[in-house]
Amino acid sequence: MGYTLAEKIIAQRIGREVRAGDFVVAPVDLLLAHEGTGPLALDQFEALGRDGLGTTTLFFCDHAAPSPRKELSNVQKRLRTFALEMGAHFHPPGAGICHQIVAEQWAKPGQIVIGADSHTCTAGALAAFATGMGSTDVGVAMTLGQTWLKIPETCRIEVQGQLPPLVEAKDIILYLIGLLGADGGIYKALEFGGPVIEEMSMEGRLTLCNMAVEAGAKTGLCAADEVTRRFLEEQGRGEDYMPLAPDPDASYERVVELDVSQLSPQVALPHLVDNVQPIEEVAGTSISQVFIGTCTNGRLSDLRVAASILRGHRVHPDLRLLVGPASRQTYLAALREGLLEVFVEAGAVILPPGCGACVGVHQGVLADGERCLSTQNRNFHGRMGNPQGEIFLASPATAAATAVKGQLADPREFLEA
Amino acid sequence: MEKILRGKAWRFGDGISTDHITPGRYYHLRGNLQALAEHTLEDADPDFARHAQPGDIVVAGKNFGQGSSREHAALVLKERGIRAILAKSFARIFFRNAVNVGLAPVLCDTDGFEKGDELEVDLEKGVVRNLTKGLERSCDPLPPLMGAILADGGLTAHIMKHGGFKWENTP
Repeated sequence: MGYTLAEKIIAQRIGREVRAGDFVVAPVDLLLAHEGTGPLALDQFEALGRDGLGTTTLFFCDHAAPSPRKELSNVQKRLRTFALEMGAHFHPPGAGICHQIVAEQWAKPGQIVIGADSHTCTAGALAAFATGMGSTDVGVAMTLGQTWLKIPETCRIEVQGQLPPLVEAKDIILYLIGLLGADGGIYKALEFGGPVIEEMSMEGRLTLCNMAVEAGAKTGLCAADEVTRRFLEEQGRGEDYMPLAPDPDASYERVVELDVSQLSPQVALPHLVDNVQPIEEVAGTSISQVFIGTCTNGRLSDLRVAASILRGHRVHPDLRLLVGPASRQTYLAALREGLLEVFVEAGAVILPPGCGACVGVHQGVLADGERCLSTQNRNFHGRMGNPQGEIFLASPATAAATAVKGQLADPREFLEA
Repeated sequence: MEKILRGKAWRFGDGISTDHITPGRYYHLRGNLQALAEHTLEDADPDFARHAQPGDIVVAGKNFGQGSSREHAALVLKERGIRAILAKSFARIFFRNAVNVGLAPVLCDTDGFEKGDELEVDLEKGVVRNLTKGLERSCDPLPPLMGAILADGGLTAHIMKHGGFKWENTP
């Protein structure tokens, strides 16, 4: 019997065979924390009293960037000071969202990556075993260079067919979470494969893996293949590539087959990510704010598809549009391509790269009774800073169409235009 | 950690997220646990934030603690003196965080438990008794490593004690 991607990666790193259900102590190749979770991790590191870092350590100031409050400014200062002293890599406000920078600059196939942020699973798109943990786990890994893992069972997601125009990776993952449920993947790995995934860009794969945790999963994984190789080469780190695929006879807890040829744009309704409906069922719902950005859908291809719909249109007068590129690299590319001009001309606000609006820290906090359609990954009660607000989740195409129409709208209406 | 916990139940439903437990709008209070803990679960039950007492027990349905990795979600419950959380299932990061900070996550069937019920949790025997309703439920034991971490009072204490991860039959 062969091995899943999760089993293979961990087995390679610890130097012996493992199977789903085993408990192991494994080396950590890369770890990350940000201003919301980093300080507690530093507390543990300091309590353990070691002199140096146990592994490559990345800090990000992305959840409150730039800082809206002195308390958060002080936390960011602490991370910067610690990083300088200990040789950790510090990413200041404006550099971008941790998961996007990890994909652009750090993660590589076959690594074990842990982060004090639940969306660390995003890096699974590069065939890294990447998973979110709390600050204490990360602080201990920062000290020992190790963590403990239960080898997860794997749910194989086999995606077939042909994605219709303006139906995207986000629609696949929303549909899947609706199918599995928000707890359908607890403690499991979701392994994405099949013809649609093989042809999908790295940006689409990052969107899929990003939301694995929204089904409760420990990580989402894609094989490392030619798409991975090209992505790493474009990032100037082709040497980081290593092919990695599950065995054809791997043992899966479950195989879910999806044919996406007839898939409609999907929308998650308040207040649960698995409360998913096709756009046909919910079009016309009035919306006050649209947010295009985040670690889920703030990448260049997301901004391109949104701009293709917004070009020549104005944002509906009843609604605000916020656009946040996921990283400085994305920001610069969107600027050079003229995408930001399209957004600003349409009436959008461009946010600095970061997480603030999605997490309700700052920028784009909802008023009582307002509804927001966001390309982010979570719509929990109170998430965008106000428990009296409601959050809907959808793709960048659906978000852009909604921004023009002032109500939940089907992006396919813009196909002839 | 004590083996038998007794306390009053606070009842929550399915899918309580970390945004319910410690909302993002209090992000700036993360450095001040006592202030942050005043808002614990206030969006799910404002009464809890105001009136929960040390020793009380949180009872929930499925997927408790879903969402963010914020360890503060486990820490604010501990700060409020909550001793255990009973749920039908836990989101995995929260489950790990709870054990890491020395708060017992107890997997058991919580149907029929209501707010104010007197509960007794025997962590060693793996039994939950609802003294008010006369119900008894068995709970799933923690994996050996997590049991060892909890018994040591949390992960940092565990590492200080053993110098690394240590459990029965460590491979």
